Amino acid sequence: MAPLPFNIQSFEHYLGEDKLMGGKCNACGMVVVPPRPICADCGGIDLEWVPLTGKGELMAYTNIAVVPPAMAAEGYGRNNPYCSGVVGLEEGCHVVARIVGIDASDPESLSIGMPLTATILKSEVDGIAKVRLGFEPS
Amino acid sequence: MKKTRKLNRNVAIVGAGMSRFGMYRDRDCRDFFSEAFQEMMASIDKGLDINDIDAMYLGNFSNDFFVHQAHWGPIMSELLGLVPKPATRTEGACASSALAFREGVFAIASGFYDIVLVGGAEQMSRCATEEVAEGLALATFPDEGLAGFTFPGVFGAAASAYFDRYGATRDALMDITIKSHNNAPLNPKAQFKVSIRDLMNAKIEKAEQLGRPVPEWDDEKAFLWDPKANPMVAWPMHLFDCCPISDGASCVLLVAEDLAKQFTDDPLYVAGIGQGSGRGMSSKPDLTYFEATRYAAEEAYGMAGMTPEDVQFAEVHDCFSVAELIHVEDLGFFKPGEGYKAIADGATRLDGPKPINTSGGLKCKGHPVGATGVSQMVEIWSQLRGIAGERQIPNPNLRIGATHNLGGTGGTCTFTILERR
Repeated sequence: MAPLPFNIQSFEHYLGEDKLMGGKCNACGMVVVPPRPICADCGGIDLEWVPLTGKGELMAYTNIAVVPPAMAAEGYGRNNPYCSGVVGLEEGCHVVARIVGIDASDPESLSIGMPLTATILKSEVDGIAKVRLGFEPS
Repeated sequence: MKKTRKLNRNVAIVGAGMSRFGMYRDRDCRDFFSEAFQEMMASIDKGLDINDIDAMYLGNFSNDFFVHQAHWGPIMSELLGLVPKPATRTEGACASSALAFREGVFAIASGFYDIVLVGGAEQMSRCATEEVAEGLALATFPDEGLAGFTFPGVFGAAASAYFDRYGATRDALMDITIKSHNNAPLNPKAQFKVSIRDLMNAKIEKAEQLGRPVPEWDDEKAFLWDPKANPMVAWPMHLFDCCPISDGASCVLLVAEDLAKQFTDDPLYVAGIGQGSGRGMSSKPDLTYFEATRYAAEEAYGMAGMTPEDVQFAEVHDCFSVAELIHVEDLGFFKPGEGYKAIADGATRLDGPKPINTSGGLKCKGHPVGATGVSQMVEIWSQLRGIAGERQIPNPNLRIGATHNLGGTGGTCTFTILERR
């Protein structure tokens, strides 16, 4: 069977099945999350889906209090900020994701380099199921 | 080593104008561009017959979203009476009009056109803040939006990485905000013509009048550290780290070098012009600099045969305070990790050795995104011609200024060096 296309939609499809998967380039070994049809490192197109350990560390973060409508619909806002970050994965690549299990109103509760573990965030807004990648402190 | 690029024919700016920047819900985007155009026409020393304009390039990011109207090239050229001359819209998010400028330069350098109008316009204020945030976030990379990143969020994350690497804190960003607010009152076109000091005093006075508890701030930084006065938007970005929602327009007239003296005895020349592209956050090897800016700068310096030391002053894209900090390093004005120390020492103030954002910057002049890139050039024009009034840089030998414009989360960056010969 042909692999799912190497894109965000497929990545989220796997998340919906509680699987954290990345796209590995068979030419250079680079793993990209979420994957794309062309390797971000060498331009290779011979890709395969690989499971990820979900272990990583925080590289950058922000606590967002002025929120877009989609996040407001989930109850976030000025009095209830959420955190988004860049996580360096064990596999060597970076991924952007929500950071949970911390106090987003207290920047001191986070620090660059803190170890994180992936968690799959499922929510439902107006009857539409949403699945997103998140990380929480290990 | 990158190839050094040259224009086949040099290009001059012979006129420049911009509208007032601000929030004008009851006005039309054409009003802004008309205002900018009238000022530009009046600035051409020996005049211009608009029938001699060969083509127009107009930067506009997202009026489609903001006012539900697209196709602004011919809308604006029809307004000015340029029909049937070609009008082309360029889009590079917040760098849209810098791309229009580049297209105009290349069109003349190629020999195809001689006289080209370039500019930009945007009308954002009819949308609520959250809608504007959503509209701007269309220019993030796809995975960034899904992870919840907003525009301020992306720059907040960059700040977190910079702070961690170099030991800076929010205190460093406040120096930038205070400087922008000191420059803007000297710019009649600016949206926020008020210093932080005057803003504090006004708030204290109002509290006294209303019989409310009077805030006690020792200085401007105490005000900026106060979460009531300066609430969090996307840590460490707070309200006063962020540019406003703005409407406005800008334009300049580009002509071939050999025609320049027909229009003025005092043209500005495009000495160097560079553009680069950047990656999304998940693909960046390092979050403490902007690859696209470094590439654009190298290209422009190479073309001009100049170094960062040669650029006497610049307008630098400060959509968020940290963007100005990181970019003054990427442009080579200061070493990586040294920018915030130089800024704290006053290096970038109006009277410092390297004035940055004498206009008040995006923070205070305003940021009608599609108009910003060319409006930065209008500021360089004013400074180099010595017509910047109260905010004139106190240097009688001002000759070289530059503009840095950024689109999206760093996906598009330009750097342009202008010279008065």
